Amino acid sequence: MIGGLFIYNHKGEVLISRVYRDDIGRNAVDAFRVNVIHARQQVRSPVTNIARTSFFHVKRSNIWLAAVTKQNVNAAMVFEFLYKMCDVMTAYFGKISEENIKNNFVLIYELLDEILDFGYPQNSETGALKTFITQQGIKGQPQTKEEQSQITSQVTGQIGWRREGIKYRRNELFLDVLESVNLLMSPQGQVLSAHVSGRVMMKSYLSGMPECKFGMNDKIVIDKQGKGGTTDDPGKSGKQSIAIDDCTFHQCVRLSKFDSERSISFIPPDGEYELMRYRTTKDIILPFRVIPLVREVGRTKLEVKVVIKSNFKPSLLAQKIEVRIPTPLNTSGVQVICMKGKAKYKASENAIVWKIKRMAGMKESQISAEIELLPTNDKKKWARPPISMNFEVPFAPSGLKVRYLKVFESKLNYSDHDVIKWVRYIGRSGIYETRC
Amino acid sequence: MTDSKYFTTTKKGEIFELKAELNSDKKEKKKEAVKKVIASMTVGKDVSALFPDVVNCMQTDNLELKKLVYLYLMNYAKSQPDMAIMAVNTFVKDCEDPNPLIRALAVRTMGCIRVDKITEYLCEPLRKCLKDEDPYVRKTAAVCVAKLHDINAQLVEDQGFLDTLKDLISDSNPMVVANAVAALSEIAESHPNSNLLDLNPQTINKLLTALNECTEWGQIFILDCLANYMPCDDRESQSICERVTPRLSHANSAVVLSAVKVLMKFMEMLPKDLDYYGTLLKKLAPPLVTLLSAEAELQYVALRNINLIVQKRPEILKHEMKVFFVKYNDPIYVKLEKLDIMIRLASQANIAQVLAELKEYATEVDVDFVRKAVRAIGRCAIKVEQSAERCVSTLLDLIQTKVNYVVQEAIVVIKDIFRKYPNKYESVIATLCENLDSLDEPEARAAMIWIVGEYAERIDNADELLESFLEGFHDESAQVQLQLLTAIVKLFLKKPTETQELVQQVLSLATQDSDNPDLRDRGYIYWRLLSTDPVAAKEVVLAEKPLISEETDLIEPTLLEELICHIGTLASVYHKPPSAFVEGSRGVQHKRLPARAVITLVKRTGLSGSNMGAGLGVAPAAMPASLGGAPAVGGGLGDLFDLGGGVGMPTGSYVAPKTVWLLAIKAKGLEISGTFARRGGIIQMDLSLTNKAMSVMTDFAVQFNRNSFGLAPAGPMQVLTPLSPNQTIDVSLPLSMSGPVMKMEPLNNLQVAVKNNIDVFYFSCQYPLSLLFVEDGRFYRQVFLATWKDIPNDSEAQFQIKDIHLNSDVASNKLQGSNIFTIAKRTVEGQDMLYQSIKLTNGIWVLAEMRIQTGNPNYTCTVPRIVYASLLHSQ
Repeated sequence: MIGGLFIYNHKGEVLISRVYRDDIGRNAVDAFRVNVIHARQQVRSPVTNIARTSFFHVKRSNIWLAAVTKQNVNAAMVFEFLYKMCDVMTAYFGKISEENIKNNFVLIYELLDEILDFGYPQNSETGALKTFITQQGIKGQPQTKEEQSQITSQVTGQIGWRREGIKYRRNELFLDVLESVNLLMSPQGQVLSAHVSGRVMMKSYLSGMPECKFGMNDKIVIDKQGKGGTTDDPGKSGKQSIAIDDCTFHQCVRLSKFDSERSISFIPPDGEYELMRYRTTKDIILPFRVIPLVREVGRTKLEVKVVIKSNFKPSLLAQKIEVRIPTPLNTSGVQVICMKGKAKYKASENAIVWKIKRMAGMKESQISAEIELLPTNDKKKWARPPISMNFEVPFAPSGLKVRYLKVFESKLNYSDHDVIKWVRYIGRSGIYETRC
Repeated sequence: MTDSKYFTTTKKGEIFELKAELNSDKKEKKKEAVKKVIASMTVGKDVSALFPDVVNCMQTDNLELKKLVYLYLMNYAKSQPDMAIMAVNTFVKDCEDPNPLIRALAVRTMGCIRVDKITEYLCEPLRKCLKDEDPYVRKTAAVCVAKLHDINAQLVEDQGFLDTLKDLISDSNPMVVANAVAALSEIAESHPNSNLLDLNPQTINKLLTALNECTEWGQIFILDCLANYMPCDDRESQSICERVTPRLSHANSAVVLSAVKVLMKFMEMLPKDLDYYGTLLKKLAPPLVTLLSAEAELQYVALRNINLIVQKRPEILKHEMKVFFVKYNDPIYVKLEKLDIMIRLASQANIAQVLAELKEYATEVDVDFVRKAVRAIGRCAIKVEQSAERCVSTLLDLIQTKVNYVVQEAIVVIKDIFRKYPNKYESVIATLCENLDSLDEPEARAAMIWIVGEYAERIDNADELLESFLEGFHDESAQVQLQLLTAIVKLFLKKPTETQELVQQVLSLATQDSDNPDLRDRGYIYWRLLSTDPVAAKEVVLAEKPLISEETDLIEPTLLEELICHIGTLASVYHKPPSAFVEGSRGVQHKRLPARAVITLVKRTGLSGSNMGAGLGVAPAAMPASLGGAPAVGGGLGDLFDLGGGVGMPTGSYVAPKTVWLLAIKAKGLEISGTFARRGGIIQMDLSLTNKAMSVMTDFAVQFNRNSFGLAPAGPMQVLTPLSPNQTIDVSLPLSMSGPVMKMEPLNNLQVAVKNNIDVFYFSCQYPLSLLFVEDGRFYRQVFLATWKDIPNDSEAQFQIKDIHLNSDVASNKLQGSNIFTIAKRTVEGQDMLYQSIKLTNGIWVLAEMRIQTGNPNYTCTVPRIVYASLLHSQ
């Protein structure tokens, strides 16, 4: 298991050092500093073995977190733990910075004592931790017996992510469907690869221990219901449902229930968290199509024309559109004309950057540029990197729709209807590229 | 709250000041002082001098202060063991505290104070805490047992804590169960032979129930523990798989990978024609792909594991090539791993896409990545024949870029392409020759020289080219020198008239001026070959070359099996068994996949099984020898004192007498006779060298040709004194199994070259297959029968062994001496049936049934024939 955990600043000075096992000595702290932090080169592996000791590290801004071991530990678990450690720290004191870590070092030691015992990760849900570890030191000393046993049963219990007795005057929940759509398209407009990776983020402000059920237009569920005897036209329901390649869930979701019935039921944590992640590859709505035209005029001139077409309902508006057209390294001058937005040649980035604030659906816009080149004797041809795009659209490119989110709380007197629910869809570009 | 002030270094006399503050009456001041002490401790200052003062602060009802003091204690108790005793009282008292958080804190901390003297005092509080009413205390106490075991294992056993820990597996609280499992697993690792984690269907059921309820970390502990279980049959295996599959949708990648490990392992036991088997295979792909959207570090761990999974079961991800395409922003370690997997998944169906990608990568910035991409193009050419032409033209394009390392890498892979497809792409040689001057890496130079030598007859100025290399012969690396020597000899054999001088020159450079024994030896061999028999020389040097394999960098199958059992762990990241990087006894046990894999192997190699029979058919007649000494099972005191081997290592396995392998008349007076033996797990070749010539023989060396099981000398042949005429010397040559493998006909044929100061001689001999039976060839008893039934009849052989006057027990003991293990025995109608298993060094299992009728000297044996005959006959 994990033998020790160290946090360093960018200079390699130790900010936190907690050793769990005898086989890890003080020299391990120095070994990592000398061999990894001070190596001043690109990190070639996140796992390093120095003198039979393995170091796992992650970096957050300029802070290094390193877990050390001499055993054959579960490597995936160590990294998951380090990420979790970062989440917990962020939840307690915000950004992970040298200043914040120094200011909270007592708290961090306390947390490390609690969430890592003899190198074994223990309950690390902030919701539960905050019931008995606070930034202001230990919570009010004279706890009643009931309070104490409530804390311990929550930390060790089945629902470690939520505490009992939460009360809100207004029961409210927010669902955000965040998708990033990725595309690689050939110059002729053929889709080489496309996928959507999406997340369902939830903010819940619900009283008690509510039981929730989440439903979306998952093809498997819809088809099953179709078979169940509804008279829906199968072709129609097929269009409205989406095929999900794979999904993963927050630990609050009952996985065995999902596996057997494909229903998503859970008791949510309080506040904000990620309910699920998913990936789709079929029938993706590509919000933009990029049509490039590059013509080499002699050896010293390039003519570039790029058309973008928006491909969604005219009533919707895309925002923060940015098209990045790479230029050769030996570019000497660029003239650009665009119908909409602003375009600029950025020599330091070797690209023409074209920005459009807003664009409605089913529209098109065009940019043309003349690029002058310096004659070179470089034999290596220009590799023509792909044209990339950034944007944000108010719908889910995968076609995912939230069908329902039902809330049941049997002990308290509020019902599903009393909960105010908000749903929002945001589609963003991931790596959205068209080769030219 | 600005605690960062504690980090600022203060002037001299700091310790003295702190001491005063620690003894202050004011609570706040005390706390401040302790914080300062902890901050100094963190940055590495020695504050152990403050030990008594800090410990004095322990008696407090302020929980925060108490935690700080504990932190200090854990760090320094070891350096001040006597003082640490002062703390014991407080711990004992705290373990009785009404607040469960304090009880748990005490039991957690006292386990971290690693002082032997203290441990005894801690047993009673620990015992109480293990049975505490509060689950939080119990889960902490469970881990404490592991801590205590690490300090004093004997104490833990004597106090019966292990049994209490086992009881906790049935605890009502899932987290207690998970921690108990984690602690037991760790303790069991350092007691390989104990039956600590006695996993049986009941406990497994409990674990599977807890799996649904505990934290993500607990799920990992439980899954990792489950992976060590060996189900009794395929039905149990399937039911466990069914209950583990939902974990594949967990957001925590480690849970997913551990679940994959369990599934990959138990899948081995499922019949392949089962519908569920196919379903399971399909279910595995999506979660593995999803792992690639995790953070970079986890992606790296996932990719290293996928690399193993793809080698073991390529069918799982064969349609998922695209997800391994490299993204521009991937960190370099992710890029390199993705590339590796792309090559493994490349097939005719996707080769066009793969090539297009690889070509893009070859223009990237990172040198290592570009090199690997170029190499990958070559590997595609070798793997997918249809793509070879496109690969070659892509490589030529890349050579045109004139980027130095790209050109060199391209030339290295083109050499391999020539090897694979001779006489097809030689038209590109001219282009390659243009770049001769830019090659500065040994591997590329050696490859280019090989090409020139191999195609000397088509390159007009081959002699000039090679001569130009010869100028700086002594500055070249050994690899280049060897290649140059061979190339020039090839050239000479092809164009003898023009190159006599050149060959003379290189031979003298290699033999007279070089310190490198390999080079010298090769030089001498060529020289003698050329001077004695040029025709033979041509046959040897220009012989047809064996094919090169399509897949490279494949992990050796037994290691792969072991690594599959370690999915998710460091071993799977390093692609090394734990014993290679873990010190001490932990992790030294080798894990194995369950049995079904083995069977499919036997099935698939049905052919080689019969070869085994055919090939060895000759052997028994030639081995009428005696079985050395008494059957050596549990060989008495010797074994008890043998610290290394827990397994009673049979020392007296059967050794055939020496036979003459090389006749003196064929070898200028050198006669060699020999035999093979397996002693204590090491294979040895026993040789008797007799000098029947008139002159003294010296400088002996031995080499093997490739053979079916990769036998190779583990070290040089030790003939220390010169062999005078009529003298005989006995040499024992230890062999390893790490040599190159090539199937021989018959299977157990071994071609050997022996060299001395006179000449090189060749002979071939056959080794008994029993040489390859390994000591851990005992098959899992539970699965034997099911496995036995699954072997199709056509891969079975039946035969009789005649004239053996042994009863079944004696026979079974005798065979065990040669690592043939009797798994079960039953008596039916006066016949004894022995069920036996053998494992070969390359991981193939052989199962056998032997029928012995009392009073009948003839045994009937099913599957593998020869071996038995020779071993039993040797009375």
